[in-house]
Amino acid sequence: MSYARAASLGLANMWVAFAAFAVAALLGLYQVVVRIDLVPALKSPELYFGSVSTHGVLMGFVLTTFFIVGFGYYTATTSLKQEIWNKPLAWFGFWACLTGVVLAAVPLLTGNASVLYTFYPPLMAHPSFYIGAALLVVGSWVWCLEMVVMMAIWKKAHPGETVPLAMYGTTANAILWFMTSLGVASEVLFQLIPWSLGIIDTVDVGLARTLFSWTLHAIVYFWLFPAYIALYTLVPKAAGGKLFSDQMGRFAFIMLLVFSIPIAFHHLYMDPFQAAGWKFLHMAGTFMVAVPTLITGFTVIASLEVAGRMRGGRGLFGWIGALPWKNPLVLAAILSMLMLVFGGFGGVINASYSMNTMVHNTQWVTGHFHLIFAGTSVIMYFAVAYYLWPKMTGKALYSTRIANAQLWLWFIGMLILTLPWHQLGIAGQPRRISSTPYDESFVQSWLTSEMLMIVGGVVLFLSALMMVYVLLRTHGVGQPADNLEVEYAESLHVTARMPHLMNSFGFWVMLVVVYMLASYGYPIAQFFILETHGALPWSI
Amino acid sequence: MMRDPFRAICDDDLERRWIWISLIMAFVMGGLLGLYAVASNIHPPSNVETIDSTRLHLSDEFAEENLGVKENADGSLTVTMVAARYGFYPPVIEVPANTPVKFRVASADVLHGFHVPFTNAATMVVPGYISEVNTAFPREGEYSFLCNEYCGLGHDSMWSRLVVVPKSAETTAGNSARGNNS
Repeated sequence: MSYARAASLGLANMWVAFAAFAVAALLGLYQVVVRIDLVPALKSPELYFGSVSTHGVLMGFVLTTFFIVGFGYYTATTSLKQEIWNKPLAWFGFWACLTGVVLAAVPLLTGNASVLYTFYPPLMAHPSFYIGAALLVVGSWVWCLEMVVMMAIWKKAHPGETVPLAMYGTTANAILWFMTSLGVASEVLFQLIPWSLGIIDTVDVGLARTLFSWTLHAIVYFWLFPAYIALYTLVPKAAGGKLFSDQMGRFAFIMLLVFSIPIAFHHLYMDPFQAAGWKFLHMAGTFMVAVPTLITGFTVIASLEVAGRMRGGRGLFGWIGALPWKNPLVLAAILSMLMLVFGGFGGVINASYSMNTMVHNTQWVTGHFHLIFAGTSVIMYFAVAYYLWPKMTGKALYSTRIANAQLWLWFIGMLILTLPWHQLGIAGQPRRISSTPYDESFVQSWLTSEMLMIVGGVVLFLSALMMVYVLLRTHGVGQPADNLEVEYAESLHVTARMPHLMNSFGFWVMLVVVYMLASYGYPIAQFFILETHGALPWSI
Repeated sequence: MMRDPFRAICDDDLERRWIWISLIMAFVMGGLLGLYAVASNIHPPSNVETIDSTRLHLSDEFAEENLGVKENADGSLTVTMVAARYGFYPPVIEVPANTPVKFRVASADVLHGFHVPFTNAATMVVPGYISEVNTAFPREGEYSFLCNEYCGLGHDSMWSRLVVVPKSAETTAGNSARGNNS
């Protein structure tokens, strides 16, 4: 059956993503250099906090949303072998998101939205920042709808058949993102926009932070999902083997969907407006969400072992050497999982109801999420881009050698950057500071780690430049690519008939709704029951 | 023997074993941390108490003349503080070591953090709400309160001093703390 792939939609979205990434990487370099007053002439809190806000928005909202949307469209068409449903609507979503980015970028770049990507009322940004952010989120809902409809159309045309794992994961992520972004959307639409326009005078900061938390944790799974989809469906094939188990992939995706949204109070452990019992309940759920990641680790490593052995690797560890380390997808998968091990360890501390106190809002947290997001997730975005660029542009990858060197540098740079950040956090350094005007004893004990941080930042910036260079050269002057097919891994264990629950989402969505009502119902309702006092707006 | 419930979704023995190991790991980690917190009565600051941050100066508890260290009947201390851009008030707090201390902190403006590094005295300070932290400082010395939440362009310089004095000096600490109130 012939079908048109969503190459231009995929490319347009992913180019916006990586352009944002390049700008944000430059800002990151600036931040590590000025953060410790290395160049006093550069010191300016206005510039620094404007830069941090822009870096966060570009990396956390723009790189991710556009990459995920582009990857999703391309995965949907190639795994289902089916056209985009309602192409004009998909392009409308793209332009809505892009308009949102521009609306938010103007106040960000002019220093009128230095409220960080977490918004932080009662600091108030220019209304255009909030309107832009809302448009980006609402625009991305178009993609959520597209994915759900495309899966439904496919199932109707293929009764009794199993939805390809790549599409099952993509649809799970679309549903996850829609349900989790309702939190931040409510905060922005009902609180921040009317407040910044002067329609309402005050905002309840407790309510705003609770709504933001609804989005804040599961958003990291929205970011991680495409990495997992690539690990399950592209990497085993690229390694020359098979996926160990298709069903475990589905099981992990379902668990992520169910357990990642209603458990976000570990972000609010230190906030006084939620009672301890709710925090305890959310902690229990937070540990459940570790299970799909542990399962993913097992399945992906087992798949790599299958590949290594099929390639002639022998002995307990011999298969590791037999893997195609020079294939960017395989290399990135290995590096990604190594970073996940470090990051996961720190995550257990953050999730802990009692230990979190010691590291909350310190540089430890910055280290943690850079390892998991910028490390584990984004290194897979790079590898996916290297894999898909030739398929989408029809031109061969400009240089696999530079691509692999870039991935190694990203891994090394990320470890040099983030491991010292963990140390700084334990030694008390707050995150989000533009200088260190503290006691000499603090500043001295932080010095070595801060020097390492700069080295890490420089390595990462070089790596970022190489990444964008390879994509540009591929798109620009590349030779014709020889293989335009996206090759999804076959499963070692073939299931004749997938259980209905693992081939659909209706039941799981209902479960999330019930779980959300249980874990967020009262914590949100209390703001309408208690006598609360809203906060007036403050400029930075 | 009971049939493995995961047989329905997974036909590989190894992988089913791993699901069980993952679940047990999650339960043991979460369970141990939960038990530890409950058994030693360590809870994050969660008092759910509201206040009008724009009228702190008119409240009894957070009026300027009432801030600082107060000794309770049972020998424990209550420390009342205000966080406002860009400092903690009163600016110097002195408490004896090994004495239960209850911090009550309110923000007069925006969101702030409150953290004494190397101790578990930490909370967010959220406008509209009172934060309450219960702790004790086992080691004497000079500590800092650091604001660890972005609160505006002067955020970096928002910090102040905590001095933990020997327990025997409890009375003097009380006196000097009262001195801080004026």
